[in-house]
Amino acid sequence: MRYELRFSGVGGQGNMLAGMILAEAAIYFENKHASYVPTYTSQVRGGPTKADIIISDNKILYLEANSIDYFMAIHPRTYDMYKSDSKPGSIIVVDMHMVQVPDEDKKKFKVYELPIVETARNKVGNVITANIVSLGITARLTNIISPESLFKAIERRVPPKFLDLNEKAFEIGMSLVK
Amino acid sequence: MKRAVVANGNEMVVEGAIDAGCRFFAGYPITPSSEVAEGMARKLPKLGGVFLQMEDEIASIACAIGGSLGGEKTMTASSGPGISLKQEGVGLACIAEIPLVIINAMRGGPSTGLPTRIAQSDIMQARWGTHGDHPAVAVCPGSVAECYTETVRAFNIAEELRTPVYVLSDAFLAHLSTKVELPGKEELKIANRLRPTVKSEEYYPYDTRFGDVPPLADYFSGYRFHVTGLNHDKTGFPNIDPVLQESEEERLINKVLKRQETIGTYENYKLEDAQIVVVAYGSNASGAKEAVDAARESGIKVGLFRPITIWPFPSIPFQKVAASAKQIIVTEVNLGQIVYEIERIMLGGRAVTEIKNGNLIFDTRHPRSSAELSTVLQANGTPIRPNQILSQIKEVA
Repeated sequence: MRYELRFSGVGGQGNMLAGMILAEAAIYFENKHASYVPTYTSQVRGGPTKADIIISDNKILYLEANSIDYFMAIHPRTYDMYKSDSKPGSIIVVDMHMVQVPDEDKKKFKVYELPIVETARNKVGNVITANIVSLGITARLTNIISPESLFKAIERRVPPKFLDLNEKAFEIGMSLVK
Repeated sequence: MKRAVVANGNEMVVEGAIDAGCRFFAGYPITPSSEVAEGMARKLPKLGGVFLQMEDEIASIACAIGGSLGGEKTMTASSGPGISLKQEGVGLACIAEIPLVIINAMRGGPSTGLPTRIAQSDIMQARWGTHGDHPAVAVCPGSVAECYTETVRAFNIAEELRTPVYVLSDAFLAHLSTKVELPGKEELKIANRLRPTVKSEEYYPYDTRFGDVPPLADYFSGYRFHVTGLNHDKTGFPNIDPVLQESEEERLINKVLKRQETIGTYENYKLEDAQIVVVAYGSNASGAKEAVDAARESGIKVGLFRPITIWPFPSIPFQKVAASAKQIIVTEVNLGQIVYEIERIMLGGRAVTEIKNGNLIFDTRHPRSSAELSTVLQANGTPIRPNQILSQIKEVA
């Protein structure tokens, strides 16, 4: 089993951290092989970013994702830039207020259009948690990592005083997928 | 005992340096090597070592050379234009025979280029970047784990040969995080420079009575000696005697050449019966391995030759592998660097007239010896994918 995920958006949204947490969850709490490859530009904020995560039962030789099972885009620019590696029939999740998915893509992929940033801002109460909302969605849409493992990995990475907020974001994220 | 960790290539370079005994780092941060400086800044003070962020890359390498003369194992790290700035210092370390490890996390270029993206385009710079006739040693880790083991080996070579050694990683390896298995610390072979056994008044810093790599005293340990970038005699003071300089220049280069079979490590992967030989190094070799595996599944007799030491190039083992090959495919994340070395070794005499779609177009007027040479090259800031290499294997099979 080899499963490839790509989180994308623009610098500052926390997409790369979400990818790192996912890879760490696979390695530390599910005893799987995983890799995390970040791609970003010289722009600290606002430049297109992506994180590619490969999760596998076996040792991974080539570590660049090129046959994506699960693609997330929180910005229209990265939706266009980085969707080409998605497998036909694979899952694509976009922020419905940011990315307009063309009809032909909706036929080709399993597309979920969700209010990710808005949920973080209004329901969780802090826009900075959008990446954790994304992880909640990912936990529910893929069976690759259990929500328990993913949350343990979140705990390792977020400062203790923000743990409650992130737990809320993670749970609300999961509930976004009906 | 083996250790498992989750880390990226830069973090593994830091671990390797620390475990090799590096206690002095001078540098200036630059993407994609910055995490090396960051890691050294975090770790060295706790170990009684010193981290210095200098005003620029030129000062950094000068400072690292000074630190090494002070008796510590020292390192500097940079990328792209930072490595260009360090070139004069590399030459100083070569001629003054100062052990030093230089980490180059290669990125796209020239100039500021593609700071966050992969390239393997500093291969020839590592050989010829500084002016003048000089020795060159460069190792090229092929995985995150090898970022650790090759950094340790780079320190050993630097110490044993009194010469600067490059570790050529790249932006992809530098930032790729994964689970890695490291050898136990007790399994590591650690080398230290030869230090003088004679009294201080009998000591000369370039005294070849003790071998082609003279003992090096630590500054401030009672041994007084002169260090200069000018060609010098055994005392370290300038000397322009042609007879002496000819033998000294030759010694500088021969100390590497004479040890090339022990320094020049490589990996032969599925080459036993291979008619097609893929040549790949660094992170690009993992994609090449996947392509070889896939081609093997469809019955193609193909293997991989992976130089782990790039300079001195493991020419002798490669000649052995290439002798029975019908096709040689060189793949690298640049528009042709090591392929020139391969061609020189294999065929010689032919000029490249054009690069067309990742292929070198050769002037074929001169007869060639045996294998056909082709290439899979790419310099767009992204890694070469296994299927690109696989289709070239199928093309020539």
